[in-house]
Amino acid sequence: MKLTLRIWRQETPQVKGRMVTYPMDDVSPDMSFLEMLDVLNERLTLDGQEPVAFDHDCREGICGACSLVINGVPHGPEKATTTCQLHMRHFTDGETVDIEPWRARAFPVVKDLVVDRSAFDRIIAAGGYISAPTGSAPDAHATPVPKPDADAAFEAATCIGCGACVAACPNGSGMLFTAAKITHLGLVPQGQPERDSRVLDMVATHDEEGFGGCTNTGECTSVCPKGIPLSAIAGLNKDYLHALRARS
Amino acid sequence: MDTYYTDGDPIADGKAPQGPIEDRWERRRFEAKLVNPANKRKLTVIVVGTGLAGGSAAATLGELGYQVKSYCFQDSPRRAHSIAAQGGINAAKNYRNDGDSVHRLFYDTVKGGDFRSRESNVHRLAQISTEIIDQCVAQGVPFAREYGGLLDTRSFGGAQVSRTFYARGQTGQQLLLGAYQALERQIAAGTVQMNSRHEMLELIVVDGKARGIVVRDLVTGEVTTEFADAVVLASGGYGNVFFLSTNAKGCNVTAAWRAHRHGALFANPCYTQIHPTCIPVSGDHQSKLTLMSESLRNDGRVWVPKRAGDDRAPGAIGEDERDYYLERIYPAFGNLVPRDIASRAAKNVCDEGRGVGPGGLGVYLDFAAAIGRLGRDAVEAKYGNLFEMYERITGEDPYTVPMRIYPAVHYTMGGLWVDYDLQSTIPGLFVIGEANFSDHGANRLGASALMQGLADGYFVLPNTIGDYLAAGPFPKIDADTPEVAAARRIVEDRITRLLAVNGDRTVDSFHRELGRIMWEYCGMERTDEGLRKAIGMIRDLKAEFWQRVRVPGGEEGFNQSLERAGRVLDFFELGELMCIDALHRTESCGGHFRAESQTDEGEAQRDDENFSYVAAWEYTGGDPILHKEDLVFDYVHPSQRSYK
Ligand SMILES: Cc1cc2nc3c(=O)[nH]c(=O)nc-3n(C[C@H](O)[C@H](O)[C@H](O)COP(=O)(O)OP(=O)(O)OC[C@H]3O[C@@H](n4cnc5c(N)ncnc54)[C@H](O)[C@@H]3O)c2cc1C
Ligand code: SF4
Ligand code: FES
Repeated sequence: MKLTLRIWRQETPQVKGRMVTYPMDDVSPDMSFLEMLDVLNERLTLDGQEPVAFDHDCREGICGACSLVINGVPHGPEKATTTCQLHMRHFTDGETVDIEPWRARAFPVVKDLVVDRSAFDRIIAAGGYISAPTGSAPDAHATPVPKPDADAAFEAATCIGCGACVAACPNGSGMLFTAAKITHLGLVPQGQPERDSRVLDMVATHDEEGFGGCTNTGECTSVCPKGIPLSAIAGLNKDYLHALRARS
Repeated sequence: MDTYYTDGDPIADGKAPQGPIEDRWERRRFEAKLVNPANKRKLTVIVVGTGLAGGSAAATLGELGYQVKSYCFQDSPRRAHSIAAQGGINAAKNYRNDGDSVHRLFYDTVKGGDFRSRESNVHRLAQISTEIIDQCVAQGVPFAREYGGLLDTRSFGGAQVSRTFYARGQTGQQLLLGAYQALERQIAAGTVQMNSRHEMLELIVVDGKARGIVVRDLVTGEVTTEFADAVVLASGGYGNVFFLSTNAKGCNVTAAWRAHRHGALFANPCYTQIHPTCIPVSGDHQSKLTLMSESLRNDGRVWVPKRAGDDRAPGAIGEDERDYYLERIYPAFGNLVPRDIASRAAKNVCDEGRGVGPGGLGVYLDFAAAIGRLGRDAVEAKYGNLFEMYERITGEDPYTVPMRIYPAVHYTMGGLWVDYDLQSTIPGLFVIGEANFSDHGANRLGASALMQGLADGYFVLPNTIGDYLAAGPFPKIDADTPEVAAARRIVEDRITRLLAVNGDRTVDSFHRELGRIMWEYCGMERTDEGLRKAIGMIRDLKAEFWQRVRVPGGEEGFNQSLERAGRVLDFFELGELMCIDALHRTESCGGHFRAESQTDEGEAQRDDENFSYVAAWEYTGGDPILHKEDLVFDYVHPSQRSYK
């Protein structure tokens, strides 16, 4: 099929970016979206132009590296699907497709479609863990976890840290990501001792990193490739209030 | 006839302690020198890689009090390739009371590796496996649970006991997040300094010791030299030499290969594991292959039509016209035979013209019986996300039409040679996880790579590296030290040369072509003739690369083509060594099937008399030198591996 791509090109963080149009006339419906860009990049290289920079690695929907806003929607039109798992059979012949980077204050552009998401790592570093030094653990069966809790913790833990939630949010909030981690660790017994400090520290870092506040618009969950629900944020708020009270 | 290599001295000492195998690890730990806690702060360790091996190692070394500098080429340590592992992690907990034990895991692993691994290492791995689960549970890893709250397990590729711990189809993700979170905790504590989007491009060896690395900042393009008292490589496997593999796109061999060029021996490079359950190739645009978790083989039945060329829809082929070939040939294990056996069996039926799907390169993995027996909901609960992934990629619904699968390159058992302490032949250079050659022999059992990565990173290396570091800190070096300047120059020259060719072919086109050569001649089946041919083709291709490659952009700033070009260059050299290793090993074992060496029934024919050794290769710039490390089996006696 034939497509017209309009892609955000930006050489460095300092220069202004712009949309550039590239016609594509050899797209197979079996290609993934990234494979389609690979084909474009091969062509650009041979034409003496610089290929389009974009982040990717696993191409299996699990590493969270791929990050494209496709026709205004982070990860594109398919529900619960990362860009790398999006296939061209979901597009129609002759369509024009806009491709842009994640846009958010906390995610500065590195080049073209690549942004810097290291703020997420710093939120985790602020407390998104259980302090369990190596070798100090009791036998695994000493800590039973009811199956429903373990399953719910797992659901929250499936967040891939892609940042689509931030890119979709009108406030550029990273609350869904933060809430996913708080929910995961808050649902297992091992996570209880640090529960209060965790939420306070992670939310404080979230704000310092330049993410906006959550106003419950719900755009985040609608683009989240892992289906992290809005109720995670409600849980975070509950933990946050509890922790504030406990501290005061 | 050209042999392509010369023989060198045998490897005398793997540093494994003697005595009863159960006590060896305990003894090694006791005998290792300890570093005084106050001195740990003065010692610096570089860890390259943040996968399960590198992430767990850096976090643990940080906890112990060392100064750690950690590197990965992704934008975040959490994205290392380990994140993609689906099936699970083995541990000899015997929580099921089904007869498992440390000894049985040890036995299964040595046998599964076709008697080409070291008994001491494998036994240690089996012993530590139980601690890994404890550690991960303490970190909050949400493993699957029974209703009573205890851990659930399942059985996995080639094992008759249920010893695999899992978190739905995303075990690697959950384990890696555990290690990553432990790592971030140390980063916040200031013991680990994290450098993401940095690629190691050279090793710095001073006075015979590994003392640092040359790295390129992938965002700015700046090349710097970094120093330490010891260097740990946890840079993963090299399956991407085949271009199409189940590995993440970024996986490469550069870190290991650069160390090899500085004198670290490279062991068993030809041992490649081909995984039987991948989604078949759909076209030339394909950039990677997707694995369907092996856990599917617990309930899916593998079949092809009995008649060659039968191209009817699967539903139109009656039960009596189907050949459930694994169940037929291997009744004791059926669909659960180890990977090398299942892969080769699929190749054989396709070679007979009985393959299904486009090009006849596929077999069915059918869930109709499981859905009939357990109900659709139960199957969905177990495998829902995998079925979804399959449908997304192929556009076919596996609940109604059987999946199509075909073998694909998945894991590399070869890697840098290390001793029992995980130290390479360069003092101060340690290698862990998939980047080293140890523990799996010629074939890896399912769910054992995660186990090895975490065993190395959490438990083995943090103990053994102390023995080396106790002699440190080592004399200060700086950018003016001749070896440092030389290493840096190698990196800069290579970049300048790559950018200067300005030819008419892309990096990927070379990589794809190399991959095709490797798959054709050094893939599921190898022959003397084919391997010789491949070596010639790779040499020609490399020469052509230097004439015709085009690397756009400059050395400064973010340049993904330049990154890939450097990696493909190292793949050329590695690919050649893989072929030489495969050529010299005129036996079949595990993931290495030499057509000339098979039984009357077409099974792999090992030759213990002549090949019971690790092949460790020394780099010379010309023909490599082969050093052999003899393998001794005191506890598990080599026998013909039969799954019938
Ligand atoms: C799809 C899939 C499913 C799998 N499922 C299972 C399973 O169920 N069970 C199991 O046991 N195993 C499984 N495996 C195998 C297992 O995932 C890997 O063997 C294991 O994760 C390797 O871990 P590692 O830490 O050694 O390396 P990796 O996780 O590959 O990490 C390598 C690290 O090194 C870094 N790196 C590499 N080179 C450089 C450089 N030059 N400079 C800087 N950084 C560098 C990378 O950035 C990365 O951080 C699976 C593999 C695949 C592909
Ligand atoms: S919450 Fe969803 S959208 Fe946000 S980072 Fe996690 S997986 Fe991505
Ligand atoms: S490339 Fe890993 S999630 Fe898309």
